[in-house]
Amino acid sequence: MSKTLFDKVWDAHVVRKIEGGPDVLFIDRHLIHEVTSPVAFLGLKNRGTKVLYPNRTFATADHNTPTINQDKPVADPLSANQLKALEANAKEHGISHWGLGHQKNGIVHVVGPEYGITQPGATIVCGDSHTSTHGAFGAIAFGIGTSEVEMVLSTQCIMQPKPKKMRINVNGKLGLGVTPKDVALFIISQLTTSGATGYFVEYAGDVFENMTMEGRMTVCNLSIEMGARGGMIAPDETTINYVKGREFTPKGEAWDKALAYYKTLKTDEGAVFDKELTFDGFSIEPMITYGTNPGMGMGISHDIPDASQVEGGVATYEKSLNYMGFHEGDAMIGKPVDFVFVGSCTNGRIEDFRAFTSLVKGKHKADNVTAWLVPGSHIVEAQIKEEGLLDILHEAGFELRQPGCSACLAMNDDKVPAGKYAVSTSNRNFEGRQGPGSRTMLASPLVAAAAAVTGKVTDPRTLIEELV
Amino acid sequence: MAYDKFNILTSTAVPLPIENVDTDQIIPARFLKATERVGFGDNLFRDWRYNPDNTPKQDFVLNNPIYSGKILVGGKNFGSGSSREHAAWAVYDYGFRAVVSSFFADIFKNNCLNIGVLPVQVSPEFADKIFAAIHADPKTELEINLPEQTITLLATGEKETFEINSYKKNNMLNGFDDIDYLQSIKGDIEAFAEKLPF
Ligand code: SF4
Repeated sequence: MSKTLFDKVWDAHVVRKIEGGPDVLFIDRHLIHEVTSPVAFLGLKNRGTKVLYPNRTFATADHNTPTINQDKPVADPLSANQLKALEANAKEHGISHWGLGHQKNGIVHVVGPEYGITQPGATIVCGDSHTSTHGAFGAIAFGIGTSEVEMVLSTQCIMQPKPKKMRINVNGKLGLGVTPKDVALFIISQLTTSGATGYFVEYAGDVFENMTMEGRMTVCNLSIEMGARGGMIAPDETTINYVKGREFTPKGEAWDKALAYYKTLKTDEGAVFDKELTFDGFSIEPMITYGTNPGMGMGISHDIPDASQVEGGVATYEKSLNYMGFHEGDAMIGKPVDFVFVGSCTNGRIEDFRAFTSLVKGKHKADNVTAWLVPGSHIVEAQIKEEGLLDILHEAGFELRQPGCSACLAMNDDKVPAGKYAVSTSNRNFEGRQGPGSRTMLASPLVAAAAAVTGKVTDPRTLIEELV
Repeated sequence: MAYDKFNILTSTAVPLPIENVDTDQIIPARFLKATERVGFGDNLFRDWRYNPDNTPKQDFVLNNPIYSGKILVGGKNFGSGSSREHAAWAVYDYGFRAVVSSFFADIFKNNCLNIGVLPVQVSPEFADKIFAAIHADPKTELEINLPEQTITLLATGEKETFEINSYKKNNMLNGFDDIDYLQSIKGDIEAFAEKLPF
């Protein structure tokens, strides 16, 4: 029988099916961080159990960590306590721990792929909803809650009903200044934040085939923002070239075996999806969000729609615009910007910094803008330096911070103050996400760059046209 | 950890008719710094509930004494966003044992089931009826009957059935959790792990 990519990977990991209930799914690799793991370890202790396969779990500290002076002790005692707990738990159970200051430290969904923890056809979970990132490699990857973190630690399995399947095709050529982030924000704006709830998505079509791994990760990362548990893209040459030779990638004979498996990982002709959608890549513009959920996005040159044109309750819509201080019919271009954040597991990779730098090169940061440029990992940080991007950034008046989640969820000191506007390359514009009272507009690194040098929301295409 | 058993819950309910309530609203990230599972109820809906100076916001439903009960009734797409189980802990710790909505985000629903809070998905029409009934009389009671899988507006007897898979239902009725089950099949899991490519 024809199978989808998702079926193949899922079915290969089912230990047992329960009548009228979930499947018992084996998890190949488990990522943990300081925020969602301590209570899970406490649970293990209370039950008197150990971690079943310590070499299948990897710990990194990212959510809470400062992005300056990482060599100094962490000032916030609560954050310091969580970081210490992660270290102690990892040590007690024999789990690799990449804490603050460690060479391999970084955002969990950035370092996983960098070190080859992420492999095609694997099942990967983490107590963070953007685990969907790893689906870019043709893995089944999704976020879990702390009870499930405990399940995976103690049994390497979780119990999940098999989700429905959706395929989203985007074909055609992307226009000038349109990045993978725009493709994802566009899809979410079409589906709304609940449009893919209950589904696992496969992205197909030449737009994704032509993307780099970094771009595919950005797209899969945002799957959760339309309610999907995860999203995946079939592995191809690009994928295999990326994973080959990385530290935790299988080697020697094991690699040959793995490669043979990877080559089977595609949706068979005639396989059936519960839902299928197709979009035209050429119709996608650089995107920006105007509201308080990632589904409230539109092409940057458009005006904020009337409540009558959007799905959902008028009261909720008005509450959202009120929070943002925006009105129906407003143009987004020209809106004030106080902060620019480039980073997170959505857009904190080398390609994102290349894009940002390409646009600010030879220009200068606007005086009214505070910019936080936060690489996703030390590898990204080193690459920024090696490729000469840092010099260009410095000349343009920007500083680079140290790796971590930073203003994506504002658990550390990188908080956007109440009432201030931020253009952010991260993934959530929820009320208060970037600090109590903060107002977030989600966009690509190019839109962030355009805002950073002009001090207001600006269509990046106007600046690119200046360049060429 | 085993949790409270759930059978029949009869209670007044607290209405929150807002759509797309995300887990950053249920519990903002800055309250996720604990290493134990205690005290999250105080920060449930923190920024909707309190002003920056920590005085209660009078217009928020949890600060309105006419509403109370063990059931929270939310708008469509409740619990979207972050996977933080802390959101479910906060709901539980505040004293809710069931959340009713016409649509739940996946991970939040799972997290609730894993800690013994029952997510009850009703039709949009029934959700509207519940909101209207509470609006008309804040003391109106709902009955959630897990064995029968029904939710009833006691004042009028209007009733709807809801879905839950039989495995999770059994867990909720008995206060079992998944880890108890998974540990009982550890032999199978270990044999399975042997055969995997990595
Ligand atoms: S960068 Fe943001 S979304 Fe990504 S892991 Fe960190 S907190 Fe989660």
